[in-house]
Amino acid sequence: MRTIVIEPEYEAWRVAARRLLAQGVAPEDLMWTDDAQETSLFVREEPAAAAEQGASAIKVPAAFMDLARSVAAHTDMRRWGMLYRVLWRLTRGAERHLLAMATDRDVRQLQDWSKAVGRDIHKMHAFVRFRLVGTDAATGREQFVAWFEPEHRIVRLAAPFFEKRFAGMDWSILTPYECAHWDGTRLHFTAGVSRSSAPDEDALDDLWRTYYRNIFNPARVKISAMQSEMPKKYWKNLPEASLIAGLIAESTGRVRGMLETEERAAKPAPNNAYLKSLHAMNQSEAVAKNHESDPA
Amino acid sequence: MMDLTRKLEILADAAKYDASCASSGAARKDSRGGKGVGSTGGMGICHSYTPDGRCVSLMKVLMTNACLYDCHYCINRRSSNVTRARFTPDEVVQLTLDFYKRNYIEGLFLSSGIIRSADHTMELVIEVARKLREVHHFRGYIHLKTIPEASQELIALAGRYADRISINVELPSQQSLNTLAPEKNLARTEEAMGHIRGKIEERHAEKRKPDAPKPPPFATGQSTQMLVGADASTDAVILGCADKLYTSHRLRRVYYSAFSPIPEPSSILPLKAPPLIREHRLYQADWLLRFYEFKVEEIASAADPNLDLALDPKLSWALRNRATFPVDVNRAPRELLLRIPGLGVRNVDRILAARRYTRLRLADLIRLRLQMKKLLPFITTADHHPAKLGLDSDSLRARFLPPPEQLEINFDAPPTPATSDFLSVRSGEL
Repeated sequence: MRTIVIEPEYEAWRVAARRLLAQGVAPEDLMWTDDAQETSLFVREEPAAAAEQGASAIKVPAAFMDLARSVAAHTDMRRWGMLYRVLWRLTRGAERHLLAMATDRDVRQLQDWSKAVGRDIHKMHAFVRFRLVGTDAATGREQFVAWFEPEHRIVRLAAPFFEKRFAGMDWSILTPYECAHWDGTRLHFTAGVSRSSAPDEDALDDLWRTYYRNIFNPARVKISAMQSEMPKKYWKNLPEASLIAGLIAESTGRVRGMLETEERAAKPAPNNAYLKSLHAMNQSEAVAKNHESDPA
Repeated sequence: MMDLTRKLEILADAAKYDASCASSGAARKDSRGGKGVGSTGGMGICHSYTPDGRCVSLMKVLMTNACLYDCHYCINRRSSNVTRARFTPDEVVQLTLDFYKRNYIEGLFLSSGIIRSADHTMELVIEVARKLREVHHFRGYIHLKTIPEASQELIALAGRYADRISINVELPSQQSLNTLAPEKNLARTEEAMGHIRGKIEERHAEKRKPDAPKPPPFATGQSTQMLVGADASTDAVILGCADKLYTSHRLRRVYYSAFSPIPEPSSILPLKAPPLIREHRLYQADWLLRFYEFKVEEIASAADPNLDLALDPKLSWALRNRATFPVDVNRAPRELLLRIPGLGVRNVDRILAARRYTRLRLADLIRLRLQMKKLLPFITTADHHPAKLGLDSDSLRARFLPPPEQLEINFDAPPTPATSDFLSVRSGEL
């Protein structure tokens, strides 16, 4: 049994996996672990410059590399070993069709991890909230900072979206393990920081809450639908979430108020040329239609 | 003079009855190399959810809630005593940009009450979109509501700036419109949708020829909304109308909006509880039309024009067509797999891919995490034949009926209105 200790990054796994595959090391002879974990129990293997004979001849489906890149961002410790096992089966195991088998236990596991990572990225795109912190005196560009707490190691996977969308402003997204920054020309990453490094509020938050309060329809409350898409764990960083309990609490009374309101009678049409022309059009179309359906 | 916060209160409140929220399906564009912000073209993003379970994707507001029309289901009709407000184009532009830069929204959904005339109203709405695109280089999503009676030139201009445009049908027959929305006309709405379809297709057709002159940009899709429960229309009529719009005018989406109580009720349309389950069943049926190759008559016929509220329409169809089952998941063609209750499009495709290499057994389906209880009576696998489960038994329907209703458990608030349904708002996913 060999223990492979790697940085918890896709690229580190890829390099190690490629070498081990070339050497023909079977998955059952390996134990993988992140170097962030306690490793004293294991013999730490130096990333030896082992010969890579045959490695270039090994063809791996592109779909697997995409899957691996996404699975690598997951926090489950077993992912490196599982990735290598599926890689082994795809190549040395001669199961080239394996990824088409969503019914396979290993494939299913990778897909589940990939899906969890995808969802985390999607939620980051949705729930990051930028706060304006100033304007760059030299460039005149507005500067924004956001705080987000992803579940997986997704900052690098999620950042290109923000670059494309917010190219015209400077921004930083701070998270506990890694931060992303954009200054108009370069996307770069720095180490994680604590919550207190990020601003708590933005002058626009009140206006946003005004919008949120008023777009809510109290006559069709569906709390479980809201929570399945916006789980409570995100609420603490969303400025609008502080309104939720109150909106729910007052909804019954608001609907009762509507039902008890006296019904309004129809008012006569105002004197408006456009409205008159509409009514005339509707009349003549109705007349024409009656003629069409006239069996005589 | 009314301040911006008060205007936003009124004009967001006035816009909430429009169910459309999509921010997907736009052409790919982004802000790199430009002067502004914005991107579209990927999956739409829901930036928040309100306690009604609806997503907040676009900032949905009206330009003004003053309106010449008298649609009795609408809080903004001229007979309503609601407080009226009106944004200036610059106010909407600034709000959109400010909200967008904070990542609250995907873009703008702009509609308006009709003031002075259709063309005048369209011009106001278009001016906002023009400023966003041309002055501020905004490349986020814009959805503009259009008015069928507006001039073709204005609709073309709206489509030039918008990613999506829409005209609401609201009710599926002219007879219902005559009673509840006397200014609206179904024939003119459809005529306008036909023109819009033509423009959308023109753009796509010419895009394929590299040397042809570039056509003016135009929205990539149109959608509409129908109200459910405001008039007496059956589900067959509603789905028939939707199907016609999908096939004749290639709409991207038809939204179904349960008529829910509004402030300022009309004497012509008394308020009642919103038919939320019916709305959900209509979305499921709509999915069957668009992705499962069902025909309207199979889901809701003239003889049986309303959907079963207790069961989803696919299961309901299967129970009415038991001779079709069981279906062999190892052999049946795709269109038949799509008919199996509990089996969605994605899993049908997974089954098709996997069965090229293996004979599927129940354990394989369990690993796909299918709803086995629902599925079992309708399928055969290498190791399962359902005869003994009683596909012919009369009690089969009873097996699928939902358990007695439970009350929704509330988290930190007093009891909610009567909503015992646990249905997803992204209704329709089967």
